Amino acid sequence: MKIKMTINNVLKEVEVSPSEFLLDVLRRLDYMSVKKGCDTGTCGVCTVLMDGKPVLSCSVLAASADGHKITTIEGLRDDPEFKAISQALLDEGADQCGFCSPGLILNVYAMKRDLKNPTEEEMKKYLVGNLCRCTGYMPQMRAIKKYFEVRS
Amino acid sequence: MIEIKDYFRPKTLEEAYEKLLSVEGAEIIGSGAFMRLSSRKINLAIDLQDVGLNYVKLENDEIKIGGATPLGYVERSEIIKNAFNGKLSEVFQLIWSVQLRNVATIGGTIFPRLGFSDLITALLALNTDIVLFNNGRMPLEVFLEERIRKDILVEIIIKNENRKFSFQNIRNSFYDFSILNAAVSVDKDNNYRIAIGARPAVAKLAINAMNYLKENNNIEEAAKIAAQEMDYGTNIKGSKEYREMIAPVLVKRGLEEVIK
Repeated sequence: MKIKMTINNVLKEVEVSPSEFLLDVLRRLDYMSVKKGCDTGTCGVCTVLMDGKPVLSCSVLAASADGHKITTIEGLRDDPEFKAISQALLDEGADQCGFCSPGLILNVYAMKRDLKNPTEEEMKKYLVGNLCRCTGYMPQMRAIKKYFEVRS
Repeated sequence: MIEIKDYFRPKTLEEAYEKLLSVEGAEIIGSGAFMRLSSRKINLAIDLQDVGLNYVKLENDEIKIGGATPLGYVERSEIIKNAFNGKLSEVFQLIWSVQLRNVATIGGTIFPRLGFSDLITALLALNTDIVLFNNGRMPLEVFLEERIRKDILVEIIIKNENRKFSFQNIRNSFYDFSILNAAVSVDKDNNYRIAIGARPAVAKLAINAMNYLKENNNIEEAAKIAAQEMDYGTNIKGSKEYREMIAPVLVKRGLEEVIK
């Protein structure tokens, strides 16, 4: 079946099978920032924005994304907020292997819009679905707290 | 592996229901969250995103939530944030992750009567009705006992009454399912509602304890009665014995919170 999605502000017509999930379609289309981790809705590395809201692309049927707006971090390349979040992560050494970074950055990007002056506890609750395999989340939290302080 | 032969996005509920009945192996899907955890074949996946069931509204003394509304949308609604002292909104925040809540829908959570659901336990302890396209309106507790399979969850209706509400759960970490959960509420006339879920079976009302509290005010005893009238089981999250032991504690904590 044919579906239409606006991916990173470009309208794309894509042939998908009814069994396919958005994650696999995006990777097939070479949006390689969208990672495939647990593939069961747990780890958060496949996070993309759908109509501006973070979703797990492994848990969205590709067919149901028909007519929607999808944003991956490739689409935020020139976005000042994206640059500020990634710089904060770099400054704190939280980029590490980088596998979880795209999903985390997109969720922080969405958190900034959803929460006003969040406490550390609220940040943790918001980011609970972004797992990191390298460390204990300390550099990420330092980076995100700094990003929020500087911007707000 | 999940195998979906065909996908259909109806514009109306009538169309959706007609296809659900006429196509063998047709299923209503709530977007796809957790679908791939099981291995099955779906001949026709019916996606309700265009039938107009995406809303949270307040009508008279009732909160109405459309069956296709994502959990995240409900959680962010001012109506839900203001209801029951913000306690219902907090239950939503316990459900998995922000990203998943933006995908998973109310209907997809309630209709399959998921045993691990925190939301069903919470809604049972509030006065909640559900509206089905074919079977009509009924209390949530009645729906949970029925064996209705081929129908569509149109909306849920929560009585927006002045109830004090508490939700309690035990889990290994914040990002996990409950090993056991309990919800308690009371209105100004001292009518209590107590529900216990994730036993691991789907939540149930503790009717004996609710009746006991009409005549008595010993909450320790009420918690014991509530815990004793339930069945418990063992699964990967915890044993039957463990659940039996923590059940009265959770109910008591809930009662203490609403009595305060």
